[in-house]
Amino acid sequence: MSIVAENISLHIADFDLLRNINLSVEAGVVTVLVGPNGAGKSSLLKVLTGEMEPTRGSVLLNQLELSQWDRQEKANLLAVLPQHSVLNFPFTASEVVGLGCIPHETGYAKDQKITAEALQVVDASYLQRRLYTQMSGGEKQRVQLARVLAQVWLPSQHGDQFLVLDEPTAAFDLSHQQMTLDIVKKLSARGVGVLMVLHDLNLAARCADNLVVMNGGVIEACGSPDNVLTEQLVSKVFNVQATITRHPVTDTPLVIT
Amino acid sequence: MRYLSATALIWILAAVLPVVAIVSLSLGTVSIPFQKIIETLVYAFSGNAEYSQINSIILDIRLPRLILVLLVGAVLASLGAVMQGLFRNPLADPSLIGVSGGASVGASIVIVFAGGAMLPPLAGLSLLAFGAFIGGVISTLIVYRVATSSLGTSVTTMLLAGIAIGAIAGAINSLLSYFSDNQMLRQISVWQMGNLGGANWLKVTIMGSISVVLLALLPSQAKALNALLLGESEARHLGIHVQKIKRKLIFLTALGVGASVALAGLIGFVGLVIPHMIRLLIGPDHRWLLPASALAGASLLIVADSIARVVVLPAELPTGILTALLGAPIFVALLHRQREEL
Repeated sequence: MSIVAENISLHIADFDLLRNINLSVEAGVVTVLVGPNGAGKSSLLKVLTGEMEPTRGSVLLNQLELSQWDRQEKANLLAVLPQHSVLNFPFTASEVVGLGCIPHETGYAKDQKITAEALQVVDASYLQRRLYTQMSGGEKQRVQLARVLAQVWLPSQHGDQFLVLDEPTAAFDLSHQQMTLDIVKKLSARGVGVLMVLHDLNLAARCADNLVVMNGGVIEACGSPDNVLTEQLVSKVFNVQATITRHPVTDTPLVIT
Repeated sequence: MRYLSATALIWILAAVLPVVAIVSLSLGTVSIPFQKIIETLVYAFSGNAEYSQINSIILDIRLPRLILVLLVGAVLASLGAVMQGLFRNPLADPSLIGVSGGASVGASIVIVFAGGAMLPPLAGLSLLAFGAFIGGVISTLIVYRVATSSLGTSVTTMLLAGIAIGAIAGAINSLLSYFSDNQMLRQISVWQMGNLGGANWLKVTIMGSISVVLLALLPSQAKALNALLLGESEARHLGIHVQKIKRKLIFLTALGVGASVALAGLIGFVGLVIPHMIRLLIGPDHRWLLPASALAGASLLIVADSIARVVVLPAELPTGILTALLGAPIFVALLHRQREEL
């Protein structure tokens, strides 16, 4: 199953933010969106997650139109981590992650267990009882990541699940960037479809099964990182002269600027 | 870190409330010993109270007032918590959506154009109460309409529209005051200070029914309010029907605050400060914040009202003056402690 964008266009206040986009985000696959600022990555995420209605075209989640889904069932299938969080109330980390359990509500004890496990996965167990408002940017982002992980922690009876992350690694140090890639890989191995926006092309090359390059509201290239990442493309899309070689350990494309 | 668990605080508040209530019943021009109060209440509830002057003071004067005060305090404080959650702003209070401004215009219009309380009461309620309630509901509707478009209700626009409506209401109030005589002026300003005198069992019944509606509908919104603190789109992704929740909560707030203002005048501070204080103690989880705020709001208003009744015997002060005098120092102390921790 999949999230499918069928010929989507988004037109807001005289601007074409997205033009004729066709994209399929498959379950069990890591799809990574890259592109320069203003390429339409966040707009595409908003349309794919139902936050914005496309001007034309439609979005199907597991073959059913997004707007047709029951709210709670949809929340069990699709978890979304936004770029910025506006939470400024003093919840503890456990309470924030517990909010991710709202859609499935499997009972207090089970919610507690999921919360603790999700916090451990993002290396934030030590934050459990700390107040969100007193955490550093990276700690906050890890807690939010744990929240969306908790939302799709258990498989759902309603179908394949998807996790959408908008620049999850932006506030992370090197080790937590690596941790995020590991989490994403593990989830996709379990059958969860992952869609994320990344800015670091090398990070994208290392974890993407399907790399989607956006530019000016259209999809410029799409496929495995090996095929997509060429010097020509990087120069055209990002306007940067880069050398592309192979990573000595992981044997994935390595972009050197 | 928090020092107090939510359940512990709720038990403490639940234990404090009856103590405060009985002390309040005993205080007044005639002070009545606790034992006599409990005796009278037990007899009254078992349905065989005899008539005596003391019984009459307790059952006809002090008890209805106590219950009205309790309900108004609980409703204002819990709806304050609801508004702060909905607006994601700890400085929001129930008057933000225009209820209080509209209600005071409604009250002033009745006082100036209809002679206020001089008019024969309608079914036991003064015309003033009707005017205030209608004024409050109308201004909330205006604020809600202004902030609602095809994209849903914007809480930011609502906040600003509430301020604008508040300003217009203030101007109309000043205009009405300018054209009123001394007697009317005094009535308007006393009403605006909030007064719980003149409570009767009819008022208690009205406020009680509204409280029952709120009690039935608010707890089920606690989780949605928690999710809303993350942001509206985050709440939507958690399966919450955000627009429906907003409509419901704004309607309930207009109803609850409208009724409180109509029956008790403007009582400031309770709705703003009580939820804030409770949040400092046990955190923002609305499943505990709403009941704890209700209990604390009830206790605070009972204490404030008791002091208002006895401090200048045989006269009494408007209760609204006392809520701020009592609540503000506690609030400042809590803020101070919180700053030291950071």
